[in-house]
Amino acid sequence: MAREEIEKNGRDEMIIDGCEESKQQEQNNVIFDGVNVNYLKVYYGKFFPHADIFKWMSYGNDGKHPGCDYSYFRRREFSFTLDNDIYLRFQSFNGLSEMENSIKEKCPFKIDIGPVYSVDPAKRHAYAQGGDNVFTPVERELVFDIDMSDYDDVRYCCSGADVCLDCWPLMTVAIKVIDTALRDDFGFNHILWVYSGRRGVHCWVCDGKARRLSNEQRSAIADYFRVYKGNENSHKKVSLTGPALHPFLVRSYNEVLKIFFEEKLLSSQNLFLDEERYEKILGMIPDESVTSELRGKWGDNRRSKEDINIVRWQQLKHILQSGKQKLQGLRRCVEEIVFSFTYPRLDMEVSRHMNHLLKAPFCVHPKTGRVCVPIDPSHCEEFDPTAVPTLSKLLEELNMEGSRRESDIDWERTSLGDSVRYFQSSFLQPLLKSCKEEIEASYSAKLQESKNSLNW
Amino acid sequence: MEAVRSQKKPAVADDVVPTLPLYRTAPALEVRLEDFELYAIDRLRVLKGISDGLSRGKKPDEMEKLANELWKLHMRHPNASEVVNKDIISHFVLRLVYCRTEELRKWFLSMETSLFRYRFRFQTPEAQRALMAEFHLLYKTVSNAEYENVKDKLSQVARSIGQSLSSADAIFYKVPFEEVPDLVATRRVFIQKGQAFVAMNQVVSLVVTQFRTLLSKALALTNRKWTSMIREQEKDRLTPLIESLSSSYLGPDYSQPREFTEISLKDIDQVAKSSFPLCMRHLFEKLREDHHLKNGGRMQLGLFLKGVGLKLDDALAFWKAEFSRKVGAERFDKEYAYGIRHNYGKEGKRTDYTPYSCQKIISSVPGVGDHHGCPYRHFSEENLRAALGKMGVSNRALEDVLEKVRNKHYQLACTLTFEAVHGTSCDAGINHPNQYFIDSKKILESSNNANST
Ligand code: SF4
Ligand SMILES: [Zn+2]
Repeated sequence: MAREEIEKNGRDEMIIDGCEESKQQEQNNVIFDGVNVNYLKVYYGKFFPHADIFKWMSYGNDGKHPGCDYSYFRRREFSFTLDNDIYLRFQSFNGLSEMENSIKEKCPFKIDIGPVYSVDPAKRHAYAQGGDNVFTPVERELVFDIDMSDYDDVRYCCSGADVCLDCWPLMTVAIKVIDTALRDDFGFNHILWVYSGRRGVHCWVCDGKARRLSNEQRSAIADYFRVYKGNENSHKKVSLTGPALHPFLVRSYNEVLKIFFEEKLLSSQNLFLDEERYEKILGMIPDESVTSELRGKWGDNRRSKEDINIVRWQQLKHILQSGKQKLQGLRRCVEEIVFSFTYPRLDMEVSRHMNHLLKAPFCVHPKTGRVCVPIDPSHCEEFDPTAVPTLSKLLEELNMEGSRRESDIDWERTSLGDSVRYFQSSFLQPLLKSCKEEIEASYSAKLQESKNSLNW
Repeated sequence: MEAVRSQKKPAVADDVVPTLPLYRTAPALEVRLEDFELYAIDRLRVLKGISDGLSRGKKPDEMEKLANELWKLHMRHPNASEVVNKDIISHFVLRLVYCRTEELRKWFLSMETSLFRYRFRFQTPEAQRALMAEFHLLYKTVSNAEYENVKDKLSQVARSIGQSLSSADAIFYKVPFEEVPDLVATRRVFIQKGQAFVAMNQVVSLVVTQFRTLLSKALALTNRKWTSMIREQEKDRLTPLIESLSSSYLGPDYSQPREFTEISLKDIDQVAKSSFPLCMRHLFEKLREDHHLKNGGRMQLGLFLKGVGLKLDDALAFWKAEFSRKVGAERFDKEYAYGIRHNYGKEGKRTDYTPYSCQKIISSVPGVGDHHGCPYRHFSEENLRAALGKMGVSNRALEDVLEKVRNKHYQLACTLTFEAVHGTSCDAGINHPNQYFIDSKKILESSNNANST
């Protein structure tokens, strides 16, 4: 069959065969540059969980209950980044099939999810004519974005867009700290963590009360998480002042950061390996006599069997926490150093505003080809970004299943299966259950209210 | 305020505990037009004073004292019964003056809210309770048993903000965290499962949040009423007064380039060296160096350049030249060009954005990777020294500048820098980066002229 026809028909088996071919090319080419549109077509046709995404974004409003708001899903903004760098904002859909068809047809390299607006975003211009500014975001998940490139000054293994198994645990720590606080402090329950496909994680807090937070309240939560006071042009990155730490910081430190720093990061990043590295840490101690004492100890580089990072860290702690320094308020230094190296670095702006777009889960990262799969926060240590299925791997798996292709849903048999199942059973089902309860409760409250006013 | 002509009525009903007015409804009072203006100007003095204090980075207790003094100084009235009226009328007049743009509303909202906060703290406990009731802040107090359970945590929080938990008067309210955003943001409360434990003395934050919401809604409403009816109805009386008040007291907002209207791309490096304030110079240099700036930096520098007279097309070319070296021209067009056109009111809401004032820049909070903000406030001393050295500030002047910085007088530090660099005095002080630019150009221009004649 001629090549053009394959592309025109977009028939699955053809493309899958084609994919074998280009896979070989890819191996020859060494550089895997981005994602091929034809692969994406198959992905959106066979893997992308359209129905689950629709269920999620409907928050129970697609049900039969009279309290359902049928306009809810339609008021949600999606935005697509297409192959030729065309950026389509304010896409909105009537329902599952309209969304699914549009995605399959446009085959976006990236799908972003925005807020739910007061009116259908696709019709915003019509409303804008009305004069009053009625087109405004009314609901949005509380979101967080953590990106490894913001950690470049504390990791020596990689920089920029790269991650490896030595630095990835920084993300694990971030998930643990933020997830615990979202649940225990703020009382949220429906939280989805997603691998961003390359070098970071996204977090979606989906409880009703999270979706309805104002920008000011979002900022407050973001600031609650903030310990970095510095910027590129001042020294101190972490400043923990005051005679005690807030219970949230104490818990994060005792339960996560300290252990991670001492047992993992210290050695894996070789934080005290040479002068350049340890000077960076000494720079955080505002006391000459302490730093010069330590420099003296570390100057001659005697080899020992013990891990030099651990030895030096112990020496540093010993001096800073000995009685004399305690009085001078230097004790907090140890904590400041640990926080500087390990505490989550959030991209604040993403969380502060309702109308920030965030990439949808299960997208394929256009550079790495990896699928943005959910991460289970209760097992986040086990997550390995380098083992996340790539688009070409999925297609290969699908291809191997050749003969049984017609039957089951395709993703179930591939390495994407666990991710979709996790999304459905651990996130979506409990979420929809509570959405249903909320819709019923608010409906009967409304009924009650109108009854009361009738009686009166 | 159509009620101006109507009968004189008392502004506060007699049976209520005397407390702060919440400015819920426009006053039905008979007031002479001259008083309108005088009252408004007096209140504006208080608000401007608060605004200055905040931009100097004064601490909360210093601010409280300052606000109290300003209030006593400007808002008294020889006739004691008029004091409350003056308070109410001046507020409503300024509300009209400041309702008309987003930027003005923001400023007014935040200054009035600060003022309210400081005044609330000086109220008697009865008056405070009455205000809480007015706002329906009927929270449950924490029971003894529950208190014992979380006592350790509460005392940790207290210590973390430099207080101690004295068990005798430890009354706590349980409040949904959403209602105390500023206490959450500064980690001044213990939060458990969505409930913030708010100490009695923090109640002020609850009340202030309510006040702010009330005023914010009212301002939006006033704006609508102003455009739809008041301006026309009052065109012979109030409107001219409002307009003169706003033009004489608000100061320029620098959204439209005025003098030296153009700056072209080929001069921009030279001009940046000679006439940009340090905050902009730093961003400019960083952009040239890294070919990238994060959003905060793009906004701060972009709007400044707009105010300075860089045309949209030139601005696009300028940013593109840098960014494309880092992210490629395509990504620039796709991701960044929108923001620049947006600044010029060509996208989105199509409002013209005004360049940031010093106060706004000084109170911004640059994070990791950010270069915006005011260097006098946000640089370490060492970096500031180096930056000032590069600007050609002599050693002696440098010490004066740093002295100001240590006392948190950032704009004064900037003024001293201006004087050191230009060799002339700058009596007005620096309030706005665009003002810095204009003043600098004026001086350079006139000395050029002097040289050429
Ligand atoms: S005082 Fe104003 S003009 Fe000067 S550097 Fe700071 S923000 Fe810029
Ligand atoms: Zn690494």
